[in-house]
Amino acid sequence: MGQTDIEPLDVEAIREEYPILQREFGGEQLVYLDNAATTQTPDRVVDTIAHYYRHTNANVHRGLHQLSQEASIAYEEAHDRVAEFIGASGGREEIVFTKNTTESENLVAYAWGLNELGPGDEVVLTEMEHHASLVTWQQICKKTGATCRYIEVEEDGTLDMDHARELIGDDTAMVSVVHVSNTLGTVNPVSELADIAHDHDAYIFVDGAQSVPNRPVDVEAIDADFLAFSGHKMAGPTGIGVLYGKKHILEEMEPYLYGGMMINKVTFEDSTWHELPWKFEAGTPVICQGIALAEACDYLDDIGMDAIRRHENELAQYAIEQLEGEGDIDILGPPAGVERGGLVSFNLNSVHAHDLSSILNDSAVAIRAGDHCTQPLHDKLGVPASARASFYVYNTKEEVDKLVEAIDDARQLFA
Amino acid sequence: MGIGGSDMYRQQILDHYKNPRNTGELEDPTFTHVGENPMCGDEIRMDVVLSEDEETIEQVAFRGDGCAISQASASMLSERLHGMAVEELREMDRDDIVDMLGVDISPMRIKCAVLAEKVAQDGANIYFDELDIERTTTEDDD
Repeated sequence: MGQTDIEPLDVEAIREEYPILQREFGGEQLVYLDNAATTQTPDRVVDTIAHYYRHTNANVHRGLHQLSQEASIAYEEAHDRVAEFIGASGGREEIVFTKNTTESENLVAYAWGLNELGPGDEVVLTEMEHHASLVTWQQICKKTGATCRYIEVEEDGTLDMDHARELIGDDTAMVSVVHVSNTLGTVNPVSELADIAHDHDAYIFVDGAQSVPNRPVDVEAIDADFLAFSGHKMAGPTGIGVLYGKKHILEEMEPYLYGGMMINKVTFEDSTWHELPWKFEAGTPVICQGIALAEACDYLDDIGMDAIRRHENELAQYAIEQLEGEGDIDILGPPAGVERGGLVSFNLNSVHAHDLSSILNDSAVAIRAGDHCTQPLHDKLGVPASARASFYVYNTKEEVDKLVEAIDDARQLFA
Repeated sequence: MGIGGSDMYRQQILDHYKNPRNTGELEDPTFTHVGENPMCGDEIRMDVVLSEDEETIEQVAFRGDGCAISQASASMLSERLHGMAVEELREMDRDDIVDMLGVDISPMRIKCAVLAEKVAQDGANIYFDELDIERTTTEDDD
């Protein structure tokens, strides 16, 4: 579908499902622009959570009683729904529920990396990786003697793909790349990177924390071996993340956590493992959160992922345009006009990002200030921190205007 | 105005941030120490000259980089430390810093505010062999 065929979001109607957006601080209505950190939760997802606890709550897989059966079915079907949402034709067997994206990264790093990596092997990352991926592979490499290498980020916030082709070679065992940068907003060519990785028999792990919430993501079109994302950045609850893995790879992997639920047969001497995906979901899993995440997938599909993608990009482009107006703000990442995820990180020359964030709080404008879990990238860019405004389905251009006005207050104060 | 907003940025703080006092290096410091807030990127390096009996602070200079709260706090503290007994420095705590700044510091920003004080204290404690660290970080101070 061409971008022009897509109906714009009915933001006014969408906002009705988010009473939190009506909150006021010091007489000012909340302008919530910290969505890359966590999104707000619409009524229908909150209702799903409440309904689960009021109506269905039981432990899964164990009980033969009616409630347990209902909870088990709902929980299992949630895996299928999430699989469908990201185009995983293998269904539930390819979807592991975790705590968050970070745990999904760690699951693969421990269950696969620790067993498969050794001296001489290379893990290729990008300089714009979130700590979730960067720290995890860095430490697994230290444990195994493998080497981490980083694809360089260009001046314009894109990956140096020539460098990528240079780095990814026959020693590469894993390529772990962020799909949409949580700091730069860059949309990386993950499908192209997957092809390069596969040409060298390496796996590719895609960090979809900032892409799955705001654009159509099809793991099979990308040809990702693994993809991770978090529920709380896509209108779902905290406490749930997803690991997608190709079935044949997950089958070969050892479990990451041991315990109940993940076993088949246990004796004093040995144990065998349950089938996918339960082999990777030890202990009582994130039942309610999983069911609520499936509801969030329904919610987002009802709005339309193409429409969300366009909405996010439009708000980001509008914000860049407004922020660049005074000439004293540096925007991180791709320049105006280049498609990006719905976030803009920036620095106002005269004001430290933390001071800026504190002052914006006076106008009830919520943004993130800091290194956004990308310290090495900030080091490379030569800035200790940045401010970041990030958008979701309920944000408006008027809210961007309020951000710009509040920044002007800070500018005056520090003038 | 909400807590943690421009209430924190009273004239005095902005003045110290824009025109920091006692910046630079001292030629022959008794001790030098550096500290940071890794999450914020605030950094303060402080040079201190003690009196001959090592009981009084005679000179202080600092250099640093970071938010208005951390840098203004360092500047104000550097003024305050001149002539102060070392013992008094070692007994300072975050309440003293909040009093010195004269504004309510939001919980998230307290680390910025106390960085300079921690650097001066740790520097003294290292000098007197009561602490063994390379750098001060305010992270474990939460």
